[in-house]
Formats: sequence, C-alpha cells, structure tokens
Amino acid sequence: MKKLPFSPWHFVLAPLALLFALPLIWLLVSSVMSNAEINKFPPALWPSGIKLDGYRFVLGNALFPRWFLNSFIVSAVAVTANLVFGSLGGYAFARMRFAGSRLLLGLMLATMVIPFQLTMIPTFLVMKDLGLIDTLGALIVPSLVTPFSVFLFRQFFVTLPRELEEAAWIDGCGRLRILVSVVLPLARPALSTVAVLTFLSTWNDLTWPLIAINHDSNYTLQLGLTTFQGQHHTQWAAVMAGNVITVLPVLLGFLLAQKAFIRSLASTGLKG
Amino acid sequence: MASVVGTFTIDPRARRAAAKRRTRGEGATAWAFVSPSVLIILGLSVVPVLWSLLLSFQANDLVSPSRWVGFANYKALSADPAFQAAVEHTLVYTALYVPLSVVGGLGIALMLDRQIRFISIYRTLVFVPFVVSAAAQGVLFSFVLDPEFGVANSVLHKFGLPAQGFFSDPGQALYLLVAISLWSGTGFCVIVYLAALQGVPAELVEAARIDGAGRAGVLRHVVLPTLTPVTVFLVLFQLINALQVFDLVFVTTKGGPLGSTTVIVYFIWEKAFKSFTAGYSAAAAYALAVALLLAGLVWQLYQRRRKVVR
Repeated sequence: MKKLPFSPWHFVLAPLALLFALPLIWLLVSSVMSNAEINKFPPALWPSGIKLDGYRFVLGNALFPRWFLNSFIVSAVAVTANLVFGSLGGYAFARMRFAGSRLLLGLMLATMVIPFQLTMIPTFLVMKDLGLIDTLGALIVPSLVTPFSVFLFRQFFVTLPRELEEAAWIDGCGRLRILVSVVLPLARPALSTVAVLTFLSTWNDLTWPLIAINHDSNYTLQLGLTTFQGQHHTQWAAVMAGNVITVLPVLLGFLLAQKAFIRSLASTGLKG
Repeated sequence: MASVVGTFTIDPRARRAAAKRRTRGEGATAWAFVSPSVLIILGLSVVPVLWSLLLSFQANDLVSPSRWVGFANYKALSADPAFQAAVEHTLVYTALYVPLSVVGGLGIALMLDRQIRFISIYRTLVFVPFVVSAAAQGVLFSFVLDPEFGVANSVLHKFGLPAQGFFSDPGQALYLLVAISLWSGTGFCVIVYLAALQGVPAELVEAARIDGAGRAGVLRHVVLPTLTPVTVFLVLFQLINALQVFDLVFVTTKGGPLGSTTVIVYFIWEKAFKSFTAGYSAAAAYALAVALLLAGLVWQLYQRRRKVVR
C-alpha cells in the first residue's frame, strides 16, 4: 500500500473522531471497573485493573442470556422472513403483470410514511386478539416483511437485464425457480442491504417490545437492559456490562461487514 | 446446457413473443408471491390507521368495549396544557436536531472526503455511534451524566467547575437529549454525504477550477448544488425521526424532570399504555399525523410555486 502524506487535517480529524468514540470507550472501560471505584467521590476516571464483577453479576442473573436469545430469535426470523417475502413480492412487482399490481405497489409505498404512533394502539389490539401479546410472536409478526424490503428488492430487480431470465423462461423454468436460481444469485447487494437494515431495526427496537411484552422472561435485550438499569441503578458496573452485551453483536457485525453496512445505509439516502 | 442451446437456436424476437405468451395468465402466481407482503403490510397499516381514526372518537381502556364519545377527545386535547407542552418540546428538539445534524454532517463529510492516512479509521469512529441502539445510548448516558457517580461531573470537578444536575435539571434535560441524538445521528448524514460526494462529477470541478473558481467557489457553485437532492432527503429523514423521538426519552428521563422532556410520542404512549385512555391517545396521534400531512402539502405547494416562478 502506498504511504499517504501527513496532513494538517489530522489535528482536526483526530480529536473529532475521538469525541465520537469517547462515550463508547467509556462504556467498555466502566464495564470492567468495580462498583467501589465508581461509587467513591469523585469517581475514578480509570480502572486500577480489569474486574469482571459486572459481567459475573449480569451473566449470573439468569435472565440476560435469555433476553439475548429472545433478541436473537426475533432478529433472525425477521431477517429471514424479510429476505424471503421481500424478494418474492419485489420480484412479482418488478417482472410479473397482474391485475391491480400498480395500485398495490402504490398503496404499499404509501404505508411507508405512516408514523408508527398512529398504528401502535390498533396493532396492539390486533396482536391481543390473535393471542400473541406477551409472546415473541407479537414481536415477530409485525416485522416479518416491511414495505421497504419489498420496494428495495423491486428497485434492484428492475435494473437486472431481462435476457438472463428469458433463457431460463424458454427452457420452461417456473417463476420461483427463476427467482431462486437465476435472479437471487445476482442480487447479493439487495440481499445484504435488506438483511443489514432489518437486523439493525429489529435488534435495536425498544418501543414495540415495551408495548407488546409484559413478562420479563419474554423481554428482548433492549427492554431487559432498560429495566435492569431501573432496578440496579447503583450497580453501574453491572449495568455497563449488560450494555456492552447488548451493543456487542451490532458493533461486531458492523466492524466485520463494515462495507455492507455503510453501503446499505448510504443507499437509503442515494436511492430514496 | 439446454439454455445454451436455446439462446443459439431461437431468434430473439420469437423468444420474446414466446415469453410474452407465457407471461399472460400468471396472475395466480403473482398473487401468491405478493400475498404474504400484502397481508402483513396492509393488514398492519391500513387496518390500524382506520381503526385509530375510529378509536379517536371513542373512549377505550384497551380491555373493555369502546364507548362512542364524538369529538370529546379532540376537544379535551386542544385544552390540555400537557399536550401543548409536548408539542413545544418536540418542536424545540426537532428545530435543533435536524439542522445541526444535517449541516454538521455535511461539514464533517467534507473534512473526511480526502485521501490521508487513518481516514478510514476516522470515518468508522464518526459513524459507529449510529448503530448503537437508543436504549443502549440512553443507559450509557444516564451513567455518564449521573450527578453523583457520573464521569461528567468528576471531570467538571477536576477543572474546578461546579457539579451539574444534567437529566435532573429541567433547564438542561431536553438539550442533553438533542446532544446525545447528535452524537449518534450525525454519522448517518456523514456517510450519506460521503457517498454522494463520490458522485460529484470530477469534470465539473475541473472546469470550475479552470474558470478560476477557488475552493469556496467550487464548493458553493458545484458541490453543494449536486448535493441538493441528498440534502432534501436527509432533512426529511431526520425530521421524521426527530418528530417521533421516543426510546431515548423513555430510557433517560421518562418525560421528566417536571415534564420538561415529554415529547409527543411519549405523551401518546403514556396516555395509551400507562393511563389506559387509548381513545384520547389515538386523537393525539391523529392530530399529529394531520399536522404532518398539512406540513407536507404546504411544502409541496411551495416547491411547485418555486418551480413556476423560475
């Protein structure tokens, strides 16, 4: 790699980047402090050594692993379902002619601008009627497929050359077969964008779990962490350890797949 | 193999015709493909939107059957000082957060749009708070800003400055929420702008330079105009987010102290799921939605008129 020249911009950019990183560094640091260090006045600014009391407390508290599992189940199902239903719907809207398709697509797009607070009470009542309130099902069903996923797949499929599909079409492949073995292998950017955005929004959501879940064994991590803080607000080390556990999967995912994350999020702005 | 033979033997026009023939009458397949999405998306948006409208004319406690009350909810809402306060807090939050995050994001993106060492590390660090959930942000800053045990006050103490109340101070809490949102939300504007900056045509910049434009001139007359569509998107995106802020408020202040951070969605949530006056809450949600719709229409009209004037 070519060595890039030193620039005076480092004097501006380094402090700026540090400013953004500092709260997260402090999150990590305080999670390995002891409560004694945090609780003395004035509180210590740096730990005297790495203490895992916080993590021991959080993992010994049987519910944190459970919340992690709940969050994982909800996010995994939501991501899979958005990929399946989103690509099916997106493909039909991109390539197939059927009565009412334009109206339907327009209607779906229109629902994207409906603010959540307008739908949350009836959605709660619908979930209650379905007997799903206070189960993971209440979290999963509304996030099975978003209009955004359908639309994103449609926009991507429209840009693919039709010739590829026509060859398979002539050979008598059905639409499903074409979608799975011709179109989807070419749609990796769309697949990863939908996966990333769905994962971020379901893993990080607090509002809907707060409304739909009552019993603490069905909490997601975000809801669990929030409640845990309320109950243990003097044990900051443990709260920060729980916070690290909540944030870590998203941070790791982001650092490992940074390009996909950034491309996905930037594309919402460029195409949107 | 078969497909290769197919492409060679059949002339393209015949292929298209054959394909068209098969496309007819596949409505059933198409409906099978879209029905899961249609069912879930429309079922959980159109139905609730209409139901909400109905609810806003009813008294409902989420358990027993609704009772028709006509416009009583809306009348009560217009006279409710708590609702007016919630609208005010939301507007203050939005008026600060939207311009600061978009302008700040543009400034930072322009600074980060250069090839120097560590640039990708700087970009990562500026963006990383965006992927942290609002709940985690709220819990983290409740600790950092804890008046007794927080690191913020101990830093102030080190410099001999007086300790602050932070979230327990009604004069500070709302502004702290704006600051936290800026910390996590500016990075989004930065990466969208950075991506858009790659799309600024190099020939245009070159041409402007040759015509004698300085750095500022290129920025004003070439770069910023090309970024306009992205700026419009970001303003709308941040506006929608800001008007719906809830998670961060719930985790840090729960609308307090003294109601100083009660925003609209918090008000709506509280009325529905804490005091179980769902009809009243639905009326508040509808009032907000209609206001948003009107704002959108005014914006559209304004845009159209501007185009005509030009």
